[in-house]
Order: sequence, then C-alpha cells, then structure tokens
Amino acid sequence: KQNAAAQKQAEPAVLQPTPQPKDDFQEELVVRPLHSGDIYASFQFRTLWETDFMRGNKVSHYRLFPKSLGQVISKFSVRELHISFTQGYWRTMQWGQPYLPSPPGAELWVWFQDSVTDVDATWKELTNVLSGIFCASLNFIDSTNTVQPSASFKPLGIGNVTDHRFLRYATLPREIVCTENLTPWKKLLPCGSKAGLAVLLKSEKLFHSSFHSQAVHIRPVCQDWQCKTTSWELRQTLNVVFDLHNSGQGKREWSLFKMFSRTLTEACPLASSSKIYIDITDNPEQFELSPATSLLSQAMVLGDRRTFSVYDLTQQDTFGSVRSLNLLIRWKSTEGDMLRPLLHAERYVAGYGLQTGEIHTLMYNHHPYRSFPVLLLDSVPWYLRLYIHTLTVTSKGKDNKPSYIHYQPSKDRVRPHLLEMLVQLPPNSVTEVTVQFERALLKWTEYTPDPNHGFYVGSSVISSLVPSTVAMDTNSTRERPLFSSFFPCKEESSYFVRVYTEPLLVNLPTPDFSMPYNVICLTCTVVAVGYGSLYNLLTRSFQIEEPSPGLAKRIANVIRKMRGVPPL
Amino acid sequence: FTLSIYLSIYLSIYLSIYLSVCLSDSAGQFFSSGHTNNWAVLVCTSRFWFNYRHVANTLSVYRSVKRLGIPDSHIVLMLADDMACNHRNPKPATVFSHKNMELNVYGDDVEVDYRGYEVTVENFLRVLTGRLPPSTPRSKRLLSDDRSNILIYLTGHGGNGFLKFQDSEEISNVELADAFEQMWQKRRYNELLFIIDTCQGASMYERFYSPNLMALASSQVGEDSLSHQPDLAIGVHLMDRYTFYLLEFLEDIHPASKANMNDLFKVCPKSQCVSTPGHRTDLFLRDPGSVLITDFFGSVRKVEITTEAIDLTDPIKEVEERPANGDVHKEMHSYVDQLPVSEIIHQKPKQKDWHPPDGFILGLWTLILLVFFQTYGVKHLRHIF
Repeated sequence: KQNAAAQKQAEPAVLQPTPQPKDDFQEELVVRPLHSGDIYASFQFRTLWETDFMRGNKVSHYRLFPKSLGQVISKFSVRELHISFTQGYWRTMQWGQPYLPSPPGAELWVWFQDSVTDVDATWKELTNVLSGIFCASLNFIDSTNTVQPSASFKPLGIGNVTDHRFLRYATLPREIVCTENLTPWKKLLPCGSKAGLAVLLKSEKLFHSSFHSQAVHIRPVCQDWQCKTTSWELRQTLNVVFDLHNSGQGKREWSLFKMFSRTLTEACPLASSSKIYIDITDNPEQFELSPATSLLSQAMVLGDRRTFSVYDLTQQDTFGSVRSLNLLIRWKSTEGDMLRPLLHAERYVAGYGLQTGEIHTLMYNHHPYRSFPVLLLDSVPWYLRLYIHTLTVTSKGKDNKPSYIHYQPSKDRVRPHLLEMLVQLPPNSVTEVTVQFERALLKWTEYTPDPNHGFYVGSSVISSLVPSTVAMDTNSTRERPLFSSFFPCKEESSYFVRVYTEPLLVNLPTPDFSMPYNVICLTCTVVAVGYGSLYNLLTRSFQIEEPSPGLAKRIANVIRKMRGVPPL
Repeated sequence: FTLSIYLSIYLSIYLSIYLSVCLSDSAGQFFSSGHTNNWAVLVCTSRFWFNYRHVANTLSVYRSVKRLGIPDSHIVLMLADDMACNHRNPKPATVFSHKNMELNVYGDDVEVDYRGYEVTVENFLRVLTGRLPPSTPRSKRLLSDDRSNILIYLTGHGGNGFLKFQDSEEISNVELADAFEQMWQKRRYNELLFIIDTCQGASMYERFYSPNLMALASSQVGEDSLSHQPDLAIGVHLMDRYTFYLLEFLEDIHPASKANMNDLFKVCPKSQCVSTPGHRTDLFLRDPGSVLITDFFGSVRKVEITTEAIDLTDPIKEVEERPANGDVHKEMHSYVDQLPVSEIIHQKPKQKDWHPPDGFILGLWTLILLVFFQTYGVKHLRHIF
C-alpha cells in the first residue's frame, strides 16, 4: 500500500480513477396481443442522468444523454418536455387503454422553470429549435394554437411549484409522421439503430400499421427512496399496433420477424437492462409462446394485475443456439373477452351547412357502481366561434353541473378558445357535452393551399383518476418495468389515465380562388366593350371619307394631274 | 563590374519569381476548382397525390447527392407534400422511381427540412438569400460561403417565366435571377448549378445575370416536359423523363469519377425525352468540359498527406467535481398530484394583468369629452383646473 501511495505521489500526471458513471440506459419492449387479433408493441428507452442543467456551470460532457436535448433543456430553462408524433387514432373500445396515450398529429407541452421571465418568447424559440431537431413543422405552433391549461397537465416529474403560468400546451392535428421524423428520433438513442431493440425499428413496417406513435419525454425524477437528489430522465417511447389483415395476412400468428422484418441478435452494450415482456394474462392457455421462457413477472398496470413472460436480452442463453431471437405467438382459440376499459370518449360535429354547427363530446363511464371525476380540456381554434351560453352537460338525461369551469374566450387571429371543466361522471352512464358554434370567414391569404380538405380541431383531452380493481403500487422507486412507472401513483385505489378524443375536421366557407382572375377578365371586358364604345360615341367626331377609287380611275387621275386638269 | 552586379540582381529576382510561380502553381492545382464545400437545395413544389412524380424526382436527386458524399447537414430538402406516408400509398414509407417497385428513393434515413405548408416562395427565397428569422434551426439554413458550390434543383409545374408553388402562388424568373444576384453580392456561392425539370423550364434561366451560374432545363420555351412511366399498383406516374434519365446517368457516377458537364448536357436527348433539354453556360467562367460532375453533385474533399510530426499538448487531466454544499439540508421532493380535485375546485381565478385601455375605449372617452366641451364651451376649462 505504501508503495502504491508513493507511486501515486511520484506521478502527478496519472489520471484519477474514473468516477462511477452517473448515467444509466434501459430498454424495454412490451408486446400485448389484442383481442381483435391485432398486436400492440410498445418500445421504451430510458436514460437517467444525475446532473444539474440549471446550475451555473455548463454541462459539456455528454455520454448517454443526447447533446441536442441537453442543450435545449439548459438554454430554454425547461423543467419538463413532452412531445409526441402520432399517426392514426387509438381505438379504446377495441384495443383497451394504451400504456402511453397520445393524440393524432403532433402534441407538445412544456413546463418551464420559475426563472424564465418571458415564457411566450421562450416557447416560440423552443418550438423552432425542436422543429429542426425532429424534422417536423413545429414552427407552425404560435399563439393561435397554444393554450395555457389551468388545471390539466400537471407536471409528471418531481416538483413543488405548479404555477400554471409556466405551462404551455399546443397540438398540430394535421402533422404528418413519416420516416423523416423517425430518423432523428433514432439518432437520439445511445446505440442508435445498430444494436439492441432499436434494430427492429424499420420504417417500412412501422408505418404500415393502424397506429404509430413516437414520443420523447424529459422530466426530473427521484433518484432514490429519500428523494433528496433529482436526476433527469429521458424516455423515448414508440407505440405501434399492427393490423391483423394488413400486416398479419389474416392469420392469428405473430412473430418478431412478421412484425418488424428483423430478429434480435444482441442487447445494446450500453444498456444496463434490456428486456422483452409479453403479456400473457388473458387466458395463458389460449396462445402458445415460443421459444419458451421460465421468467415470469407480474406488474400492476392500468388498474389491473398483469402477468408477463420476460426475455432478458443481456443473458446470452436467451438467443439460443441460432444466436437470434424470434418470438412466436400463436393463438389456439379465439374465445374470451377482454377487460372493458372504464373510461372512453368520443367527439363529433353535428349540424348542417357552412354557417353553424355543434360539437358533441361523449364520455362513457363503464364502471358498474363507482363514479369518478374527469377533467375535460378543449382547445378550439378561433375561427369556430363558440357560443358558450349554449354549453350543456347532461348525464343520463339530467343536467350535470361541473364543479369547476375555466373558460378563456378566443381573440381573432391571436388565441384559441380554452375550455376546462371538472365533471363527475355517474356510474354506468354517458355524459354528453354540447356547444354550438359559428364558422368564420377567413381572409383569403389565411387559407391553406388545399382549403377544401377542411380545417382540423385538435383532440380534447380527458384526464381522470379511474378506480382500479387491484391495489396500485405507490412505491415509486422500487425496480419496476418502465411501462408501469410512467404516471406517478399517489394512492392505491385509483390510477391516472388520459384519454384523447378524435380530432374534428370542419369545412369553413371557402371562396372560389379562381374568382379574382375571372372577375378581372369579366370586368375588363365589360369596361372595354361597354364604356369604351360609349366614350367613342360621345367624344369622337365623324368624318365622311370618300371610298378609294378603282385602279383605272387612279391611273386616269395621275394622267389628269400631269396634264394639270382637276381629278375625277 | 556594375553591369554584372545588375545582371546578377536581375537574375536572382527572375529566379525567385520563377520559383514562387512554380510553388503557387502546385497550390493552384490544389484549389483549381475553387470550392471547399458543397451544398444542395432540392425543392419539390407540387402538392397532391397525382404529383407523386415530382416528389420522386427530388428524392432521386437527393439520393444521388447523398450517395456521392454531401451530408444531410449540407442539404436543404423541401418537399411540398408527403407521398410516402400518404394514405393513398399502397406501400407506406416508400417512394419508388422505377416501376415494379425496383428502387425506393425514400430510403431509411431521409431528413426533410421543409415540408408541407412550409414550402412557399418566401421560404425558398429566404433560404437562398439567408434572410431567415434568428430562431431558425441550422438544418433549415443554407450556410454557404464564398467557397461553396451549390446545386439547386427545382421541379414542379411551370410555365413560360414562372414556377408554381403548391397550386397557390408562383415564382417568376425575374425574382429568381434577382435572388441569385443577391447571393452573388453577399458572396454566398462560388459556383452554382441550377437544374429545373418543369414544362418550359428554359424560361426560368433566361433572365440570369450573375456570374458563375450554369443552368440546365428539361425543356425549351413552348415545350412540355413529359412524365416517364406509370406504375399500375401505385396508380400514378412515378418520375419525369428528364430526371429519370438523369438518375440513370448519376447512378453510374462514383466519387472518383472524372465525368464532366459536357456528359451531363447530353443526358436525355430528344429521342428519349420528347422535349429538348437546354443549358446555359455563358455566365460560367470555367469551360464546362473542365468542370467535374462531382464538383456539384458530390462532396469530394482534397486530402494532402504530410510526413511532418506534430507535437500534441499534455494529456488532459480529469478534474473531479466538487461535492455540492449544503448536502444535508436538502428538502425532500415529491411527485405532484395529477388530479387534485379539491384544489381545482377551490382554485382562485388568476389575477389578470392590467392592460392599458384599448383603442375602442379611448375613442369612446375622447368622444364623450369632445361632446362635453362642445356643449359647455372651452372657457369653462379654466374653472375645472
């Protein structure tokens, strides 16, 4: 020991022993066969990093956490960032509840730190920077589609202060999701798409699906049970539902190769845990899983205790002798029904013509005897002028007065309508919220190049604490699979769920854009023919002109001129 | 004697000049093409599913340019509509250029910088001239300098002197020529190659007047550019003829190829294209025969091998972080309640910030005051104050 100490002192240039890495990466895939024969796969990649972006010193050494997102957090003083890109609509009644809900199109909501002085300017810059990172048109987010919810979207990370002045929420229902959004998303992963579960993410298969959603969630979380230090968590999630007939060719048999056209050969070397969970709760005798695994795990997720078969990719023997893993799930029978989701919502536009209409939002409570409160957030663009005096909330035919209403009226071309209501849904009932609106005529430069497609109204968001059938796990720091630890759980008897309705597509009165050309032609013709002729008649004087004589007469005139005689 | 001194001085001066010319000649050969970096601006201006071929055109040029070495950070790709994930596409996330789905030009790692409604004449001109709002991200900017060779490719529907953007606006050839002149005056390019594949495309380069511009078009004024072949499974025409043969020509080019611009001018003769492709080289200072294809389509870096030894600095020592002070007295954090019902019900409405009175209110008060003073006369003001 003395020699070692002496050696250390003699060589001051020797590097200090490298400190324990303070960042951690986990990857996980959950596969849930759905009752309709479709299959639901949910990827989650989580990077935890114990660092402080908010303190004075700049963070410059990035290892697993992507540098582009770290710079965004520190430059814009972001406390929480949630962005999702979704193609398709989640069918709750056929597929159950998703592990991570998201609305069609793009959705971005951000909590800023208390130190930000001008939240709107920071929000605008943040959306521009994110549009460059994710190759999406997020720069179309401006004050006309941003709202500041007053009670929904509480922070999902740790924190004490919840002043809603620092929250901004925006959706772009028209946003298209394609390979150009997946490419930068994959580049944020530590292993990229070269190793681990991300090799399965091939765009040709992922976009040929009924539902595709990719999201990035950044928030501060507790590091340990004492929760005195915080670390930053980056979760990248990708949910996809493959259709039985489109991708499955009608056969109730799914495998990794059939879903993704790839098999797994290794875990990501930078990951501390890399697991696949297959949900086998629904009558495990009904389908066959191969290769067989003895690892089983139970988790309390979405108010239910589910059983999962676990494949650990960090163990070499999971891959078997062929050194590749191709899971095969084969149905043996199609009986049995799935757990009915307790909360479900729909929305549609009623009415006729291009003048007025009515928005109906229906919320279904399928619990037989419990009622629970839901918080409905509606953000309607300014060109649908809502008449709030016609707002009615009815359940089971009777009026249901909300215990909290927050309404912010719209301002033309400045901000949209914001309506938030806390409604108690009676057991086993349908609650209908209706409001009438009038359509506005936009200025001709405000129309999109394809206005006859219609204009989108973003999805309504329904947040609720739904009573659960089993006691939920409130211990947030125990080792839990990633898909069950996204929403923090404070009490055992209920779990938090967020349901998105369909976006609406409304037609606004659209002018005929070829009319300016037609009008100019018609007006000029009328002016030229009508006014021009009148002007000529009034201002011109007429002179009689002799018709020019024939050729013989002209020659005779020339001869007569030469002779000096007056012409004919 | 003095004569010999003068002679020797003269000889030494002559020798030194000769030597310096030799050295600069080798340096001159090194930079003979004059450019040090390559940029590409690829624009598809048409919307709607039946204009699938314009997106396929732009993506084939994107694919060639990427294959020959220009990285995504140096390519500004503008696609006015999404064909790959369009709901009418029978094979999502693919855009094909050859029938029977032989070649997927969309690929697996495409990065589109401007898409959908963002592709407008204003954005295109702002990208070219560099006049973008300060918060525009780097991937959406053309950060070229005076040593950049830029390739600009436009495709869509056009006419005599204009190009239509998204069925709602157009850019004229005068505007385009002025934009290039702005780029020249701001020294934003070294040499520029402009390729356009539209009907009557030659009209778009008629008005250019800045130096170092070379232009190619798929058809002359008065001619239409035709599309190549439909695919019966997808149901639309997949490519335009000129770009189809251009793609076939570029597939044979590799980063070390010595093909020059004269070969590019021969692409798609009238027998294949039905229209007559045109080109314009009078504003270009170098001879087109000495300009390599890879000067514009590729990003060939010149490497000079040196045998000199360079001393590196001392190895960097890792500094251990000081532990934060006040470790003991940290408060315990907790997760926020997601739906605190009682808190929400008893929420006080937030204080509205005071705003100065709006124009309407000010006007109303001015009217009231005017009527008052008109009725009672101005001389009573003395009594009020």
